[in-house]
Amino acid sequence: MIQDLVDSLLYQPNTQWVVLSTMLLGIASGVLGCFALLKKQSLIGDAVAHAALPGICIAYLLTGEKQLLVLLLGATATGLLATYLIQLITATTRIKKDAAICMVLSVFFGTGIVLLSRITQQAEGNKSGLDHFIFGQAAAMTRHDVYTMAGVAAGLIFISCLLFKEWKLLIFDTDFARNSGLPIGLLETLFSTLLVMTVVIGIQAVGVILMAALLIIPAISARFWTDRLGWMVVISGAIGAASGVAGALISTIRTGLATGPLIVVTAASFFAVSFIFGRKRSLVQKLTAHRIHTERVKEESV
Amino acid sequence: MHALEVKDLQVAYDKKAVLEHVNLTIPKGSLTAIVGPNGAGKSTLMKAILGMLKRSSGHISVLGKPYSPKNRNVGYVPQRGSVDWDFPTNSLDVILMGRYAHIGWFKRPSKQDVTLAKEALQKLGMEAYANRQIRQLSGGQQQRVFLARALVQDADVYLMDEPFVGVDAKTENAIIDLLRELQQKGKTVIVVHHDLQTVPEYFDHTLLLNRTVIANGPTELVFTKDLLQKTYGGALAFFTAPDDRISG
Repeated sequence: MIQDLVDSLLYQPNTQWVVLSTMLLGIASGVLGCFALLKKQSLIGDAVAHAALPGICIAYLLTGEKQLLVLLLGATATGLLATYLIQLITATTRIKKDAAICMVLSVFFGTGIVLLSRITQQAEGNKSGLDHFIFGQAAAMTRHDVYTMAGVAAGLIFISCLLFKEWKLLIFDTDFARNSGLPIGLLETLFSTLLVMTVVIGIQAVGVILMAALLIIPAISARFWTDRLGWMVVISGAIGAASGVAGALISTIRTGLATGPLIVVTAASFFAVSFIFGRKRSLVQKLTAHRIHTERVKEESV
Repeated sequence: MHALEVKDLQVAYDKKAVLEHVNLTIPKGSLTAIVGPNGAGKSTLMKAILGMLKRSSGHISVLGKPYSPKNRNVGYVPQRGSVDWDFPTNSLDVILMGRYAHIGWFKRPSKQDVTLAKEALQKLGMEAYANRQIRQLSGGQQQRVFLARALVQDADVYLMDEPFVGVDAKTENAIIDLLRELQQKGKTVIVVHHDLQTVPEYFDHTLLLNRTVIANGPTELVFTKDLLQKTYGGALAFFTAPDDRISG
């Protein structure tokens, strides 16, 4: 298997591209995921991912062909609609945010599945490969898909680096940010849009069901290694990249295995290591701190 | 020219009026306390002035000009409980946030910004805690970080929401020294304050508030038993101090 892996990495340009694009995707979602986590918006990412499915199906039904850019536009539209609906429901009714997210997520996803079943019942729809969007299939991406995804991911990473300072203040202390003259509404909208775009470019490789994991798991893992946002973003990006690459490689070589679950399993092992051995408030640190404390208490009582 | 002028301010939550017909002026160079019972709308007033809450009506001027964050002439110290102290950042970094309006978009803080932030830390006796994650600071230290952040904003008028709540005596002294220093430099400091005992000692100007302005003027004229009774109603019984102290 290792031999397969090396061979395909060295000699198959298609694999190289898939690896590069899932790496960029991993970085983008690791970086955006940090901000989403601190903004307490991780669940919104999950809702957006699920809400992308009906958008993809509607775009396919309207155009009748599988053009990635068009499908992603559809996904972006329903993804944004879902975020807007969640905000609207929370602001105008007595329904709380968790319930609103849950409702929007399941209704959109249900609609998506209905449309998808309809598409796959048709002869040519069955060959469209749209069902790959559920759990992700990196190997199914064409060269063109890969370019699109890599380009958008690189753009997202670039904008996040530019706005690092402004987003940090916005998330830490919105009132203070407003008094500092930052355009709060614009920054919030920009963040939501970039978050939706991250999710949308990821769904082909990772799938709508598990895309949120690639936003959340690298970010919470990184928190166990540092108390600085800058480092958290870097570490989270690296964990996202490593998970993306590992998942894409294993799934490309052992064809048939869906990419999304593999990426999530890889990311989860990074989380386990961080949770146990991390430098900030990890399990090992808590245990040693406790031991030192009890020893000190013993010494003092002697 | 007044440091702050508020004309006919009204604020409502869910159609229920919280502040009504608020008209006030705060003299330039004063150290002003905003005093009133719980639910009087003290924090609401501060947030409404700064546009953090929607106003039903009202006009705000700072130093003779309509308030705009872009003028960068108002510094703000929010309540300590308003932020997530688990946020991955340290004291120095939080103080640097006070410089962001000066630094401008996309740029990183300069050496000069860092020097200013370090000086502010030192002024509040916090230089040893520059690299400390903010959760690991005591309540008083967190409050001092917030004050240092406002200090580097280099504003003319400061609005502070309950900076003395939950701090130790040492921090309280450090804060009041700082406020007096700001006043000596010609700045105006407006503080939401809950401790009636210290009002005459700390503040030369007092605003009594209970959903509207009850009284506003020099502390020795405003801080009287009658007016306090009017502000607090029956609740004043809990606070009543000896008469000589109140008439201070």
